[in-house]
Amino acid sequence: MLLTITTTHVPATDLGFLLHKNPARAQSTSVSVGTAHVLYPEATESRCTAALLLEVDPIALVRGRSGTRGGSGPEAFTLGQYVNDRPYAASSLLAVALGRVFASARRGTSKERPELAGTPIPLEVALPALSCRGGAAMVERFFAPLGWSVDAAPVPLDDAADWGDSRYVRVRLTGTLRVADALNHLYVALPVLDDSKHYWVSPEEVDKLLRAGAGWLADHPDRELITRRYLAHKGALARQAMARLAEVDDSDPDALDDATAPARTAAPAPGEDDLEVPDRPVPLALLRHGAVLAALRSAGARRVVDLGCGSGALLPALLAEPAFTEVVGVDVSARALEEAARRLRLDRMPERRRERLRLLQGSLTYADRRLAGYDAAVLMEVVEHLDPDRLPALEHAVFAVARPATVIVTTPNVEHNVRYADLAAGVLRHRDHRFEWTRREFASWVQRVASASGYDVRLLPVGVDDPEVGPPTSMAVFTRSSADDGSTPSGVTRGDVA
Amino acid sequence: MSSAPDTDSRPSPDRAPVLALPDLCLVVLVGISGSGKSTFARTHFRPTQVLSSDVCRGLVADDENDQAATPAAFALLHHIAATRLRRGRLTVVDATNVKKEDRATLVQLARDHDVLPVAVVLDVPESVAMARNADRTDRDLPAGVLRRQRADLRRGLRGLSREGFRKVHVLDGVEQVLAATITYERQYNDRRDDRGPFDVVGDVHGCRAELEALLVELGYTLARDEHARPVDAVHPQGRRALFLGDLVDRGPDSPGVLRLVMGMVAAGHALAVPGNHENKLVRALRGRNVRVSHGLETTLAQLQGETPEFRRQVEDFCYGLVSHYVLDDGKLVVAHAGLKESLQGRASARVRDFALYGETTGETDEFGLPVRYPWADEYRGRATVLYGHTPVPTPEWVNGTLCLDTGCVFGGRLTALRYPERTLVSVPAARTYYAPARPFLPGDGPGSAAPPQQAAQKRDAQVLDIDDVLGKRVVETRYGGRVTVREENAAAAIEVMSRFALPPAQLLYLPPTMSPSATTAVPGLLEHPAEAFAHYRAEGVAHVVCQEKHMGSRAVALVRRSDLSGDDSRPPEQRGAVHSRTGRAFFADRALTGAFLARLARAVETAGLFDELDTDWLLLDAELLPWSAKAGELVRSQYAAVGAAARAAVPAAVAVLEQAAARGLDVSGQLELQRARAADALAFTQAYRRYCWPTDGLDGLALAPFQVLACEGRTFSDRDHAWHLAVGDRLADADPGLVRRTEHRAVDVTDPADEAAATAWWTALTEAGGEGMVVKPAANLVRGRKGLVQPGLKVRGREYLRIVYGPDYTRPEHLERLRERHLGRKRGLALREYALGLEALERAAAGEPLWRVHECVFAVLALESEPVDPRL
Repeated sequence: MLLTITTTHVPATDLGFLLHKNPARAQSTSVSVGTAHVLYPEATESRCTAALLLEVDPIALVRGRSGTRGGSGPEAFTLGQYVNDRPYAASSLLAVALGRVFASARRGTSKERPELAGTPIPLEVALPALSCRGGAAMVERFFAPLGWSVDAAPVPLDDAADWGDSRYVRVRLTGTLRVADALNHLYVALPVLDDSKHYWVSPEEVDKLLRAGAGWLADHPDRELITRRYLAHKGALARQAMARLAEVDDSDPDALDDATAPARTAAPAPGEDDLEVPDRPVPLALLRHGAVLAALRSAGARRVVDLGCGSGALLPALLAEPAFTEVVGVDVSARALEEAARRLRLDRMPERRRERLRLLQGSLTYADRRLAGYDAAVLMEVVEHLDPDRLPALEHAVFAVARPATVIVTTPNVEHNVRYADLAAGVLRHRDHRFEWTRREFASWVQRVASASGYDVRLLPVGVDDPEVGPPTSMAVFTRSSADDGSTPSGVTRGDVA
Repeated sequence: MSSAPDTDSRPSPDRAPVLALPDLCLVVLVGISGSGKSTFARTHFRPTQVLSSDVCRGLVADDENDQAATPAAFALLHHIAATRLRRGRLTVVDATNVKKEDRATLVQLARDHDVLPVAVVLDVPESVAMARNADRTDRDLPAGVLRRQRADLRRGLRGLSREGFRKVHVLDGVEQVLAATITYERQYNDRRDDRGPFDVVGDVHGCRAELEALLVELGYTLARDEHARPVDAVHPQGRRALFLGDLVDRGPDSPGVLRLVMGMVAAGHALAVPGNHENKLVRALRGRNVRVSHGLETTLAQLQGETPEFRRQVEDFCYGLVSHYVLDDGKLVVAHAGLKESLQGRASARVRDFALYGETTGETDEFGLPVRYPWADEYRGRATVLYGHTPVPTPEWVNGTLCLDTGCVFGGRLTALRYPERTLVSVPAARTYYAPARPFLPGDGPGSAAPPQQAAQKRDAQVLDIDDVLGKRVVETRYGGRVTVREENAAAAIEVMSRFALPPAQLLYLPPTMSPSATTAVPGLLEHPAEAFAHYRAEGVAHVVCQEKHMGSRAVALVRRSDLSGDDSRPPEQRGAVHSRTGRAFFADRALTGAFLARLARAVETAGLFDELDTDWLLLDAELLPWSAKAGELVRSQYAAVGAAARAAVPAAVAVLEQAAARGLDVSGQLELQRARAADALAFTQAYRRYCWPTDGLDGLALAPFQVLACEGRTFSDRDHAWHLAVGDRLADADPGLVRRTEHRAVDVTDPADEAAATAWWTALTEAGGEGMVVKPAANLVRGRKGLVQPGLKVRGREYLRIVYGPDYTRPEHLERLRERHLGRKRGLALREYALGLEALERAAAGEPLWRVHECVFAVLALESEPVDPRL
């Protein structure tokens, strides 16, 4: 990977004093991720260019990451660890090298040219392949407020195929800035724009960011995004066996990694999600929680199962209410449950509250007797994540085996999708949705299930009930028919029938 | 059906007492401290069978005499006892047990586990006990304690059998305690040494004529008394009839049926278990207060025409019937209403109730009849269970259980199953003798075309239980022994299986992973055919076949004859499927799947395979091309991206270095390196491009089937690969537009010329950009010294491996390090998955219950999440 810095300040070769690297010879430095070479392809009075060339050893990169040969952590067992863009694209690795090689220059000191080091000079920075999530526009967003004029063009994925642009951008920045500032901008920009999981983060990162961002980050309009991305990947994601399974199947590992992915409609518009404050309330989700809680209260439920609890969005609300004496969160994803445990601070929860909660891995496509005997089951935004062919299995597991007195089901009303300006026509609200039903389709499913399994059912809107397209969310509350006490089979009725 | 407890056995003083114990029971020793219980237990039982309260006290308190630890000690004792009883182990409780409430807890424990409680009382004089206690240095019992214990014991002694003990043995005095010996009695239901063959007959309900017809149809010769009434039936091959109960009520001649069956049983030509109707008949004949309904009135009226002696015989016969039988080394269980696994071979009121009535949910259906709990849907036992009780239009296997009540008295049929042949024989009812409360036959009753109960049950059999897959599991495979799946792997797999895979009924198989050949020393290469040939030679395999590896995506195609119609409305279990290595539908588009399967089914039909193999479905192992059809997203996000970054970055670096060199800087080493990397980047892009081309619907897609996995009733791992490849060729001939041949070479690995020719073929193939080849034992499934031989080894080409090892992997400094790769784990995994895959196929072909197939399929998926170097 390559970075060049050019100046036309006269004498241009003073750049060597500012960078603390002699233009007359090529120098190599060993850094943690490989070897960094600094050399000057041109060095004249009028124009001087310093090039930082980082030679990454891809094999050592993998082995070094996990500490032992061949790797030991689960991360080491996906192909992406071996065949990736790290040796080529300008990313956090280049920032590491830059930080190391130009350490003195970044502090803005120069023994030989102390004054020049504090003076803005005409600079040109070139990155032939900058890894950037958000494309050329994001490069512009980062650098333009800092006084750079930005020329950024996306690199096509493959000229031979009609596959569009890659995530790499050929970047040329021009401006009149202090060299130290330019280097610090780059030091922060490379990891932030890359926004990658393959990331190095140590506890001192906050300090590093504050040092490198001194004098400019605080005023940057996107400071929040920059800070978040810079620190986001702390404690590199433990990629699990899931990722490996995806590869076995020739799938993109990220495609499976959506157990906790946000809905498409949770953000104002694709691409701008970065602007959103992470904990901004999402009104519809809250409305849904409210409606579900109301239905649970109305049913007088005390022991409640949240089927498909995910990372536990509803669980705090259930736990907050002492009337719910037992709360069970069930999800098929072990990762989602770990996330739930973390979000609920399970390890620090007071014992009395902790005793009311259980998290279980389970699947609604299998009959599961652990779930029998509860007062109510909540299936909040769950059914649409199942292929229609698997619904009969879910119906059996919930309405025949678990068979609680009350079942609450919510699911998106697809008719309402036209009200989402940012949702393209025909696109479902979440990439994992296998279907979204119209009100009529939902009602017919609900009626069929209710009558087949001995439940009464009522339908309720969640959110504003639009006169034309209905509410954003449909809800059904199933109540086990009164003739049926729902007791799990135990006593033998001695009916002589056969 | 004797349910009254045996009377107290108090042996006469002059004979050595012999204590008869059921071979599975809970023995409760009763006696004061110092009565010799521990010595007695040590003498007559294995140490592991005896649970001593003193020992338990020691375990929880480090002091056997710490009375404060008694509650905890008994909690432990009960826990161990419960675990043992659940697992069917005879257990002896060595504690004083002189108090009624202590004994009551143990009786309850035995009942909870459906085993018989037996009391053995050691009644020795207080003085003896006192002297023994005095000799013990570790214990200092106040005299009052012994006196109290003795008083408690005396008080309880007479009522022991009323407390629920099935047997009570009292050993009176030291002499008897010392002299006593123990014998074991087999339980009445234990007939494991009886291996048949049997003809198992469903509910007869007084249909004597039909029973006669059925027995004749089964090959029996009837014997008749002086009134020409049948009183026995004999099979020339010594087969025996096995009656599943409900011989009586509702039908025209219950006495006639009883006469025949009783005669057969008495003559040793039949066995019988009771039905709920016999149970009620006994009570009625004994003058108990029963509601005379459901056809009992008919039987009682018919019996009025018989002699009192006959009525008494009937009473004795019905009373003596044993609730269920375990037969044929435990492989067969018969009970009137079936029996779940945990109750098989056990004895308790609950076992009897289940065997007679089954389990009901407590609900009633629209006809006012109790809804039965579908225990068979959840049945996971290894024993075949045959039963009646609930009439069904036709018998259908559910998880290894079969209901043989086909409603003869309701106008259906009388059915028998030949065991072990498992063939059905039935005769029609002459007429409807009794109107069922619930419509039973199609068209019966108020406007119901098909019995809803049946439709529901059929679907339920497709439902799997979470316990079938979750947690650590061990799968028994016939070719590869026991395969263990770790809990965390199951946890990863359940998510993929639930969220992404096809319904289990469409997922009969997942292909195993395949190991590469050992790493070669040939310069510039990681893999070379020589190592694969050497591997098989060392395994003693002479003939191998080299199959071209199509660089597509692995696809398993389940082709059903009914797919020909392309009808999309069939339920999943009736549709074919084409799925990936992890069980996902190959195409997201259901219509495309339908079109693909219809066309493939046509090819199979055209090739004549459905007829030739006499099957309606066929499972094919194949490669589906192009790679980009399935992996498009992966190619773009991973491979094309790397190429794009490399092609943008490396030439720029070359340019910078050239400029620097022109300035006279010494960068020659770097320059050379970057130039080489530029070439590698281009080669990398070329490598993946070969496997990508656009498709439109079926246009551009190609399927290369290389193995027939299974069809109805059979698998094909015993057919050599030449046969499998010939089938592939026939399919390609049938539809050249869709099906692609697999090029191959036969090689004798002891013939260097053969090897050289195959190596040249591989070299040409891979130099043209081909992925490589797979080398397999020509005979297909082969066993070696240590079990299964690897079913195949892949030998991948140099250019293809760039996709796997990275653009620059061919650089000598990289290659040398990459040669250190370890294949052991991958090979072990490949064999375990192979064994599981074969097992899944055998079970699917044999029509075993879905959970048995799914167990194997799931295990393959779980093993795939094992951390193994993905480049192998």
